[in-house]
Amino acid sequence: MEKDTGGPPDERDGTAADETRGSDATGTGGAHGGAATPAGDRTPAPAGSTTAATEPPRVEVRQVTKRYGSVHALRGVDLSLHTGEVVGLVGDNGAGKSTLVNIISGALPPTSGQILIDGREVEFKTPIDARHAGIETVYQDLALANDLNIWANMFLGRERTVSGPLGWLGWLDRRAMSRQSAKDLEQTKIRIPSVSSRVGRLSGGQRQAVAVGRAVAWGSRVVLMDEPTAALGVEQQEKVGELIQTVADTGTPVLLISHNLPQVYKICTRVVVLFNGRIVADLRPAEVDIDEIVGWITGSALIAKELAR
Amino acid sequence: MSTSETKPTAIAEPAPSADAPDAVPLFQRFMERIGQFWTLGVLILLVIAFGIKAPSMYTKQAWLSTATYAVEYLILAIGQTFVIITAGIDLSVGAMLGFSGMAGALVAQHMLGVHDSSTLSTIVAIVVMLAAGTGLGLINGLLITRIKLPPFIVTLGSLTGITGGIDLLNGGNEVSILPNPINALGTDSVLNGWLPLPVLIAIVLAIVFGFILARTRFGLRTYAIGSNETATRRAGIRVDRHLIRVYTLAGFLAGVAGLMVTANQGVAAPVAGQNDELYAIAAVVIGGASIFGGTGTIFGTVIGTAILSVLTTGLILTNVQTFWQQVAIGAVVIIAVAVDRVRARAGTD
Repeated sequence: MEKDTGGPPDERDGTAADETRGSDATGTGGAHGGAATPAGDRTPAPAGSTTAATEPPRVEVRQVTKRYGSVHALRGVDLSLHTGEVVGLVGDNGAGKSTLVNIISGALPPTSGQILIDGREVEFKTPIDARHAGIETVYQDLALANDLNIWANMFLGRERTVSGPLGWLGWLDRRAMSRQSAKDLEQTKIRIPSVSSRVGRLSGGQRQAVAVGRAVAWGSRVVLMDEPTAALGVEQQEKVGELIQTVADTGTPVLLISHNLPQVYKICTRVVVLFNGRIVADLRPAEVDIDEIVGWITGSALIAKELAR
Repeated sequence: MSTSETKPTAIAEPAPSADAPDAVPLFQRFMERIGQFWTLGVLILLVIAFGIKAPSMYTKQAWLSTATYAVEYLILAIGQTFVIITAGIDLSVGAMLGFSGMAGALVAQHMLGVHDSSTLSTIVAIVVMLAAGTGLGLINGLLITRIKLPPFIVTLGSLTGITGGIDLLNGGNEVSILPNPINALGTDSVLNGWLPLPVLIAIVLAIVFGFILARTRFGLRTYAIGSNETATRRAGIRVDRHLIRVYTLAGFLAGVAGLMVTANQGVAAPVAGQNDELYAIAAVVIGGASIFGGTGTIFGTVIGTAILSVLTTGLILTNVQTFWQQVAIGAVVIIAVAVDRVRARAGTD
């Protein structure tokens, strides 16, 4: 795969986008073939936006903007996620959190800006494209089919079939899928009775574990978690926190979107604050206290900074 | 993160308590187990009970009439099982049966009039029947997915429309001139007369589609759509395309049933297939499929069809007034759904 050599950006863009589409096994990408990246700010972002010099960030968002008519939902966001990081994305309602997450997960196209995976620019037409690029999302409702068993949920949409003529007819390789699911769940230290249990029979916490386990198994680049604990009790929130930590331990960065500030503060290595469509703070919980984060979310810290200048 | 060292043990510890749902009360598990087989028990009880009252229940003649009676409903119910698992419904299967049978028979009759190659007209008639059913099913699927109309409304409309279409095809008259091979297909049998060809074909179809539903990607996605359509979409599955295929399959099987009925009766009647959708749906529901989607098996549907069929034969053999048959079938449907509900409540959903 082509490395980011710093050559002419336009040519690079084309190749990267084509490669992404080419790797799209189900061929969903072809429908709108000609649509190019919106002509926005194509200048490579300053090198300072990355923290690790040795490897490019797993996922990098460069100068992403999103406009709905005259409304600027995002005004040039830079964000990078590195191996093993748990990054909390916080901000008040309307700050642009969901817009940013939807852009990264391929549900929304950005008005301008770039998304890079391992330093290579990608372009998502649909969430499926993003998934093929290794970006997985854990939805608040978990997106599980309760009537299917665990392995079927883990492999839904990416089922494995046996080799040979039966496989062409779609004959499932159940053994391979259940074995792989058990392995994937084991790797994330999630204890489940049996991967052939129906998901509807699991407890809320176990269901959450399956959804996270699925995201980790497929999300090779990043796992997005959209309010994963909003519907959970205190004890289950704890467990999800532990899950997120295990995910990060496997190396996959996690972008956690949550209103649950104490939890974000507790489990994240970095907290990024969106305010009015801009990232106004990039903080390390180890270095600041929770009130400072609240200050950035409400905007009072921003005003204080402006005044200080 | 200073706390990260303690985390692995923290995860290992609460896990056993998370296993708790596996240690559910025995009653629940009993209900879940029994759930898959209670209909089979009912079927066996019915056969025994009718047999006590009317020993002729165990004759070849009774078997043949029960099995032959079941063919039409079983073939329709197989397609209906797929549809119902997606949380849909197809009210037009009976009408599609009648239409395809009539269309194929008309073409065959015409061809026999022009030149009497009965082999050619047989092939053409079969192709026309299967194509007619498939095409009508495809239209159902397109209307449901493209215009986003509820399956109940679309298929209620096509039920009425297609029923009118049957009479339009031949002015409300039946077609009784059929190529000989078609008549043979409907009346020949194997195994010394114990296994009529239509029964054999229905059994083969049940086995093939049973495996497709239980063991292939197509089947898995059928369950997924009925279980959680949004999640299935998010998983990158093209739900609309899948639904079109499911309704097309229901139409295709209605075409096969049309062929079987026409062949067996030696005539394409305008009333063929009338009200069949109700029996097909009843068979699927008795077989344990939830009308809300996500569950159901072809095995269950086979049992459900068999129960309907045995009830009918049994009530005839025990000299119960025929009107009571329908009352009995209605009662069985309601009982089946009620048991299903109790089961679901005892279970987890």
